[in-house]
Amino acid sequence: MKNEFKIIADLIEKDKKVLDVGCADGTLMKFLKNNKNINIRGLEISKDKVQKCIAKGLTVIEGNAEKDLIQFPDKSFDYVILSQTLQAFLNPELVINELLRVGKKAIVTIPNFGYWKIRLHLLIKGTMPITKTLPDEWYNTPNLHMCTIKDFVYFVKSRNLKIFKSIALNNENVSSISDTNLGVKNLFADLGIFLIEK
Amino acid sequence: MNTELNLKTLIVKKPLKLDCGKTINDFPIAYETYGTLNEKKDNAILVFHALTGDQFVTGLNPITNKDGWWSYAVGPDKAIDTKKYFVICSNVIGGCLGSFGPSHKDPDTQKVFGTNFPVITINDMVNAQNNLLDHFGIDKLFSVVGGSMGGMQVLQFISNFPDKAKTVIPIACTSSHSSQNIAFNELGRQAIAADSNWNEGNYNSKDTIPNKGLAVARMAAHITYLSKKGLQEKFGRKLQEREDLKFGFDADFQIESYLRYQGSVFVDRFDANSYLYITRAMDYFDLNKQFNGNLSDAFKESKAKFFIISFTSDWLYPTQENKDIVIALNAIGADVGFVEIESDKGHDSFLLDVPDFLSALKNFLDKSYIEN
Repeated sequence: MKNEFKIIADLIEKDKKVLDVGCADGTLMKFLKNNKNINIRGLEISKDKVQKCIAKGLTVIEGNAEKDLIQFPDKSFDYVILSQTLQAFLNPELVINELLRVGKKAIVTIPNFGYWKIRLHLLIKGTMPITKTLPDEWYNTPNLHMCTIKDFVYFVKSRNLKIFKSIALNNENVSSISDTNLGVKNLFADLGIFLIEK
Repeated sequence: MNTELNLKTLIVKKPLKLDCGKTINDFPIAYETYGTLNEKKDNAILVFHALTGDQFVTGLNPITNKDGWWSYAVGPDKAIDTKKYFVICSNVIGGCLGSFGPSHKDPDTQKVFGTNFPVITINDMVNAQNNLLDHFGIDKLFSVVGGSMGGMQVLQFISNFPDKAKTVIPIACTSSHSSQNIAFNELGRQAIAADSNWNEGNYNSKDTIPNKGLAVARMAAHITYLSKKGLQEKFGRKLQEREDLKFGFDADFQIESYLRYQGSVFVDRFDANSYLYITRAMDYFDLNKQFNGNLSDAFKESKAKFFIISFTSDWLYPTQENKDIVIALNAIGADVGFVEIESDKGHDSFLLDVPDFLSALKNFLDKSYIEN
């Protein structure tokens, strides 16, 4: 399992109720269910991936986070997870609001557009950056609203949301993000992981 | 209807009060089973049939000499694996394959009921079938499953008996019959009523059954079970055993011939009055109304695991109506999964060989059974 998922799993206590939004093939869900006795639900837009979750015995609802989170009551989950999908929504702000309405806390991970390799790619090559976390061309990427770790931190603060934990990930390297090292982490992390609350 | 056949039948002694106010006693429920009930009695699945289905889910149907109506889904190693599970299915009351229905004799008058049979509802159907659980000594079913009207019975069953099933699978159905659904059913009923042989439901001799009306009802309904794309791909404007149009009213087109055939084989196995009664039961089905507009309340007593399945090309019970059930379940934090299966085969998809559907059904059941 990828490092990102291990970090997310470490943020969640045992026996909680969790919704994984954009749960893909259910890898993280299965881990949480088996290792932390999590009462886990998934929401996934891709029919193929929904089938993979069902084959793993996971409870998954085929649906779109922008339209279908509305059906869950307020604070019906202890945690809501959104892994590397925020940038693909038409209205990321609305999705963040919904995550924090449905969940007591939300764990949001974002591919960092401020990562040095991305900056260098654009500077030297002059074309849209392609990296391990952002593998698509500009014309076929699902990503509509890329942001940097700094952008996300500024956004969360501007909306008066609480950040409990911010973690920077660069391959195997895990470190925490603080106000003082934000500029550096924004340069050297390719992924940001945030635990937030309203 | 062949009443000489040896149908498995349970005579229910316990009086059943129907929604219409009447009470029925000592009435028959004809059923069939597949597979073996294990010692713990925790592997039983109650399958509910749709409008024109019957208890012969799989294998050879002795009435039609064709495969059972859900042979793609039920059988050894299939989605509902009869090597693993004990499958029970019964003919609904109001039906015409052995269960108490309008073709039976009224014990008071010794005359065939016809339209004197009490109007029954989906609620009555599931309350009647609940007696099968007592008959087999089953406290809790592993699953209740059904498509179309079978799905409505699934919803009503778990609402009436919240603790009697571990998993609940309503397929291609609705919690409330729509105006369009009622309209199509009314078309079918009026086709039957327009056949002079129907005679207000009093047709007793074989030569005077309302075959034509029932066949038209079936033809109209059959169109609603298919999708426009599916019809176009299968038949298009292809002509039936002729080089050119005949400038008459015979079946020039293959689709005409197909529908006529569907109508003609249907009348051999189905009773016109049963068609009236069962479509009426569907039209009266409104689980939302039963719970004063809050569908969630129908399920709030149940801890069962729900799995709802719809099909992209089903315009009779479209995805949104299935999703409304998911929404009501999520509102109370129920354990509910949902998938919309891609298929061009319309409402009938659940009866056909649709691999994504069958694998989802199998995976859900088998994985839930392991956790059981």
